[in-house]
Amino acid sequence: MAEESYPQELKYFKEHDWVRVSGDEAVFGITWFAQDALGEIVYVDLPKPGAAVAAGQTYGELESVKAVSDVYAPLSGEVVEANGRLDDEPGLVNDDCYGEGWLLRVRLGDKAEIEALMDAAAYQALLESA
Amino acid sequence: MASTIYERSRPGRRAFSLPPCDVPERRLEELLPETLRRHAPARLPEVSEVQLVRHFTELSTLDYGVDTGPYPLGSCTMKYNPKINERVAALEGLRDLHPYQPESLAQGALELMYTLERWLAEIAGLAATTLQPAAGAHGELTGLLLMRAYHEARGRAPHKIVIPDTAHGTNPASVVMAGYEALSVRSDGRGGIDMDELAAALDGDVAGLMLTNPNTLGLFDEHIVAIAETVHAVGGLLYYDGANTNAVLGLSRPGDMGFDIVHFNTHKTFSTPHGGGGPGAGPIVVRDTLAAFLPVPVIVREADGRYRFDYDRPQSIGKVRTFYGNFAVLVRAYAYIRALGGEGLRTASEAAVLNANYVLAGIRDLFDVPYDRRCMHEFVVSAEPLKQYGVKALDLAKRLLDYGVHPPTTYFPLIVPEALMIEPTETESKDELDRVIAAIRAAVDDAARDPELLTTAPHTMPVGRLDEVGAARHPVLRQRFPEDGV
Amino acid sequence: MLAVVGVGSQEELYAEIPETVRLRAPLDLPAGISESELFAELRRLAGANSPAGAMVSFLGAGAYDHYVPAVVDAITGRSEFATAYTPYQPERSQGVLQSIFEYQTAICELTGLPVANASMYDAGTALAEAVMIAVTQTGRKRVLVSRGVHPEYRQVLATETAGLALEIAEAACDDGVTAAALRAADTAAVVLQQPNFFGGLEDMATAARAAHDAGALFIAVVDPIALGILAPPGDYGADIAVGDGQALGNPLNFGGPYLGFMAVGEALVRRLPGRLVGETVDVEGRRGFVLTLQTREQHIRREKATSNICSNHALNALAALVYLSWLGKQGLPELGLLCARKADYLRARLLEIPGVAPYTAGPIVREFALRLPRPAAGIISALAERGYLAGVDAGRFYAGLDDVLVLAVTERRTRAEMDAFAGALADELATPGADRG
Repeated sequence: MAEESYPQELKYFKEHDWVRVSGDEAVFGITWFAQDALGEIVYVDLPKPGAAVAAGQTYGELESVKAVSDVYAPLSGEVVEANGRLDDEPGLVNDDCYGEGWLLRVRLGDKAEIEALMDAAAYQALLESA
Repeated sequence: MASTIYERSRPGRRAFSLPPCDVPERRLEELLPETLRRHAPARLPEVSEVQLVRHFTELSTLDYGVDTGPYPLGSCTMKYNPKINERVAALEGLRDLHPYQPESLAQGALELMYTLERWLAEIAGLAATTLQPAAGAHGELTGLLLMRAYHEARGRAPHKIVIPDTAHGTNPASVVMAGYEALSVRSDGRGGIDMDELAAALDGDVAGLMLTNPNTLGLFDEHIVAIAETVHAVGGLLYYDGANTNAVLGLSRPGDMGFDIVHFNTHKTFSTPHGGGGPGAGPIVVRDTLAAFLPVPVIVREADGRYRFDYDRPQSIGKVRTFYGNFAVLVRAYAYIRALGGEGLRTASEAAVLNANYVLAGIRDLFDVPYDRRCMHEFVVSAEPLKQYGVKALDLAKRLLDYGVHPPTTYFPLIVPEALMIEPTETESKDELDRVIAAIRAAVDDAARDPELLTTAPHTMPVGRLDEVGAARHPVLRQRFPEDGV
Repeated sequence: MLAVVGVGSQEELYAEIPETVRLRAPLDLPAGISESELFAELRRLAGANSPAGAMVSFLGAGAYDHYVPAVVDAITGRSEFATAYTPYQPERSQGVLQSIFEYQTAICELTGLPVANASMYDAGTALAEAVMIAVTQTGRKRVLVSRGVHPEYRQVLATETAGLALEIAEAACDDGVTAAALRAADTAAVVLQQPNFFGGLEDMATAARAAHDAGALFIAVVDPIALGILAPPGDYGADIAVGDGQALGNPLNFGGPYLGFMAVGEALVRRLPGRLVGETVDVEGRRGFVLTLQTREQHIRREKATSNICSNHALNALAALVYLSWLGKQGLPELGLLCARKADYLRARLLEIPGVAPYTAGPIVREFALRLPRPAAGIISALAERGYLAGVDAGRFYAGLDDVLVLAVTERRTRAEMDAFAGALADELATPGADRG
């Protein structure tokens, strides 16, 4: 498993999701804290290209052996691509949650929503207060 | 490592014998058109009878039943299964009856079911019984469908069911299957339902409340009378999940507690064998206000003493399973109740409660006891103190296997972290209870001295810890034959 | 022990129980008795029934009098199988887990579908669960079910889904076969039974196509013995196959416990209800078996579960596995052919009787229906007095079919018995107006 980390260049959402914005698109994933809490992931259920995602709403599920967890969209948009490697290698979400374990790439609907996201420091503060 | 029956097969080997064909030997091609015929035979095993028997005998030696040793699984009531029950269930006159044979030729079966219904009604403290449900979860769905019919008959459509946060997972799942919405209320510091939260949750949109009493913490809810009153006051009904009935036989009847629909698990309370997962039976007893909605057919006794099935029940919810019930299981429950009688049942519950308290007294210093209450037939402790050694409840359970004791239930109910739920039942003697206590104490001792003994346990079983992650990531759910090219 | 617990009496253990709910009188049940008295009483109850062995039985309709070989009881009677709980500690339950894996395999082989669960209660509840899968999968609420599907299965489907606001439409099944034109539009599923309640054989492939063309799933209700000689659901495009495994090594037991089985195509694995056993390895690389994909199930997903089902009919599934292993690859088709020949023979013999006409006219494999010149109920009563369980009166389920009798013929029926039965029926029908119904 990877060491605990919260990369500075990413934005974060309170349901333990991260966002990497590039231009009109963004990539979503779950944070180190989330994958650690879930345990070894066995299955990932993600929407198809063209599906709409809405900020603050669930867009999929992650399953470990003993638990199921909803995944929340930090921003609104339209799905461009889901991470197909996760069908055969769901463990990538545990091993490399910010890199190869990314979940979804979307075309953003309203970039103003980015303002509402947290930076790494604010997210870590949230973790400590819980 | 045992081969599968398919791996033991050799082409041409056979165990079966069939009577010769004494009618014209028409070819399959004459009897069935090509489009309907099977072309490739199912790849069933090809073994001799000796190989067949040895294969399954070997498999059985890998397992642990109540006949092997103590089985203190909380909420499962793993009491001894009397062998006389097996003998009577195998009587031809009970076993070889077709469900559609004329009622005049099944009077003994009908009498047995009719009598059992009345005994269960007496134990429940209510009026009318159905023996149809096949299991606990099935009984829950039946109970909820009865609630729905009851409310509909009164022109109402409340759509919420209240359940405590200690509820077994089948409860909310059944609620959704019945078309209701589950509303969870928290338990209070004494382990019972939080009465303030309950009051806030109750309104005219609540169809009912599902509860087990004592609950999954093994604690009797002291507010049960008030709970029943407040639910009834908003027009709701109370459903009793019979999982923990073994604590209260002859002591307290769910009907008297205020429940309107009472379900029993014969495979828990009434000694029918668990069978490695089933079959069981989940009969339901209801207050007379609900009797009209029970599934069809209902067994009726005529004035001349004859029994018959009555299908003329216009308000019935219908059928929740084919035919009448898990009859062979019900025969065993009948035999158990008949053998013990009312006094025997009460003695069983008393011993169950005493035994649980005895085991708790023997191990409570090792764990966190979440509620400062008297337990009933089972109790829950938290294995949090073991975390200092890097040991979890799971590890303790695996280590107990090495001590020849089946582990207790773990990680349930969800509101207690690192939960261990222990239910010894009344059929364990003091010697056996002392053995269970000694095993648990030894395992905790191991945790302090050498935690790896637990974290890598079990060491003496046919297999070690199994890769459940791999099993879920790449499911292999049937035999892979060489010709399948895997 | 009381001293260890720290109380002076048993009564003190109940201090927290409100007095108002305490039962202060004994339970009104007969007093307990010794084992020999218990045995005598159950013998009396058993003696008040006429078991299949005491009569010549042609009863079918979802419960069949096949011979159960002695090996089945020898295995299911082993206490490690019978008195064990659900295998939640896999290291100490490899026997039951492996036997379920082998059972799942057998069901896949019979049905020709790739995934089967660890069993369910019966065919009726399995059908209800299959329909619920289809409703979830398609998002549609309308289901088309042939009237040729066993009436009790249809009734269970209606009762169990009463809370889900489904529209269950029926396809006609007149003269023993489902109507060809199926109105499958906007349905979640189309359901046919093979063979159907009257023993008739349906065109399953065409029905499957109609379902798929309409964007619906095709659910086949099938019989495991018949699958020895009939094309399996996997061949004709069924998405889900369900049925009852009672005929596989399980006694008649007056209707239960029986054995619901379900198999699905790969795409529906994560919607499959019930337990599933999967193969894996332990820390030393040894093969082992575990309950898997548990996140489908109620104890994890709770209100978002695919179903509320918690248990399975493990011991009945074990009986089925032992029976299928006893029959084996050769024996099942042989048994199927034997039953088909005997059913064909009996139907031909009975059709020789004046006034008896076919209701099921086409090919049959074990069961068939006849039209009689008088109500079937009366004939059944009269023949019962002559020692025959003549069959099922279709009129108890289908309006207008009071004169239709449904009969099943297993390998236990000899030619002599069938000839004698034909004689008895001819005799009864020749007796004018003697309707003792």
